[in-house]
Amino acid sequence: MPIICAQNVNFSYATKLIMEGFSLFIDEAQIVAIIGPNGSGKTTLLKIINGTLFPDSGQMLIDNKDTRLWPRKDLAKTVAIVPQETASIFSFYAEEIVLMGRFPHLSNYRFENKKDYRIVHEAMEKTDTLAFANRRFDELSAGERQRVLIARALASEPKILLLDESTVFLDLKHQMQFLALLRQLNVTQNLTVIFVTHDINLAAQHASRIILLYCGKNYAIGNPAEVITAANIKEVYDVDVLVDQNPQNGLPRMTLLTIE
Amino acid sequence: MWRLKTIYRRVTYFRVLKISALMLLLFLALGLVSLCVGSVHINLIKVLGSLTNAFTETTSLSSQEELILFSVRLPRIIFAGIVGASLSLGGVVFQAMLRNPLADPYVLGISGGSALGAIAGIIIGASSFYLGVPLLAFMGALVTVFLVFVVAGGTRGPLLDNSLLLSGVVVNAFFSAAILFFLSLVNSMELHSITFWLMGDLSRASGKEISVAAFCLLAGFVLLYAQARKLNLIVQGEETAQHLGVNIERTKQLLLIVTSLITAVAVSMAGIIGFIGIMVPHMMRLVFGSDHRLLLPTTALFGASFLVIADTVARLVLAPAELPVGVITALCGAPYFIFLLKRKSL
Repeated sequence: MPIICAQNVNFSYATKLIMEGFSLFIDEAQIVAIIGPNGSGKTTLLKIINGTLFPDSGQMLIDNKDTRLWPRKDLAKTVAIVPQETASIFSFYAEEIVLMGRFPHLSNYRFENKKDYRIVHEAMEKTDTLAFANRRFDELSAGERQRVLIARALASEPKILLLDESTVFLDLKHQMQFLALLRQLNVTQNLTVIFVTHDINLAAQHASRIILLYCGKNYAIGNPAEVITAANIKEVYDVDVLVDQNPQNGLPRMTLLTIE
Repeated sequence: MWRLKTIYRRVTYFRVLKISALMLLLFLALGLVSLCVGSVHINLIKVLGSLTNAFTETTSLSSQEELILFSVRLPRIIFAGIVGASLSLGGVVFQAMLRNPLADPYVLGISGGSALGAIAGIIIGASSFYLGVPLLAFMGALVTVFLVFVVAGGTRGPLLDNSLLLSGVVVNAFFSAAILFFLSLVNSMELHSITFWLMGDLSRASGKEISVAAFCLLAGFVLLYAQARKLNLIVQGEETAQHLGVNIERTKQLLLIVTSLITAVAVSMAGIIGFIGIMVPHMMRLVFGSDHRLLLPTTALFGASFLVIADTVARLVLAPAELPVGVITALCGAPYFIFLLKRKSL
């Protein structure tokens, strides 16, 4: 049974239709990349998966249960999202931000105990953020903030991790570290990872499945070699590209052709 | 960017208790000082002695001093503490909920709304019913919250940073006019007392009223404290809070109702006392950080202390005459508001 299952989802913002008759099945413990041009519904799809938005019609099932029926806290324990950026009006410390990931596991009056702090410590260790645990979140650089937000998502111990362009501010080393971490969590803890990205080569190298969105429909879905073709990219993005093979592992590699 | 240099310390159960206990001691000490001073000064030792002997009926005070101490100053200090805590709590919750550091019950017009409700109640004679006036003040507060949100466009899409404050100003101006209209209907005897009450008056509360306000504050605080961690998340943005597991609509409704209740009760008994809800939470945030599990108790306790100080000053400046306490809080609060407005980050 797929862990994420969208059936015939329709969704629109006020007057703008975003998704029509959208269906999608994602099995547990997969790493899935969502690519597509601006306004193709990538972020909206993530928001529908984590129950921030509900389909106008059709169903989004997580663990075989409609997102409308999930209690908020339980859904937050199952699905965590790393947003593009958050803006807090008051200043919090980095560790406090990561501790917020423990929220769905705690009841109203309970304070975090040793176990919660241990989980937070581990999440910060994995994301290389321990060095600035005692610094103010708003004084960190964009890449550091992004890693703290990743740590917060990990601290809630989700089964599904959604990433909304979470690698854009990371330098090369932290990008590689983070992707290696995702693969490791994917193997050891059966974590399902869904990441939205504009970097098609990144998607081709690290995802086992790629969903190419175009106008709220999945234009193509499959393994990297099936989706990343010059014809698909030309049709969806309207650019000319050359697709060959990565010499290291034979996965597709895309090169943008400059316009003469 | 000016910011108090504080080091990060974890918010634990023990730390919250410790700091709250210290803040409570501060309040008690200030209350004691306030008991001694005034148009008639009473020796601190005598006050302490009479407080400890209050139950054994042996007192070294003259009957006049005893009357001043137990029937005038003590209830007034307790009441000032309750009102200060209520208004400061209102400020800290509204600031988090609306994600705006300048929000407080006074600026948002909620104080004005409850005052209008209370005055309308006095004029139509609701004071002859038990809790008639506070109930009308509460309804005034709720109507104001609704109005402010509608004017600010809260029903359509996300609220812009300052649109809520602007609509608060507009609603406030409207209520002032309505209050002035009501004032021109009453006779000159009532006029002086109502005008004074509009500037904040802590001297008129009866024992019964004080206990109602105390009960509302305590019950409200317990309910609000359960939402403390959710407030931390809401400060990160409503969508983020939702991602992390907060049922945002229900939480906001609860916060709105509880906070309006606490503020409305305080305003309906003490009149309009402005700016305390902006100043106190901000000072506490500078010292203790932004975690509401620590912020809620410290804000309530320091708000209580702050209003006791302000009220004591109000009693002393023109002694034996009195200033309305709202004059004192507005005199410090308005410059503080401008200081906050001028700063980029909070």
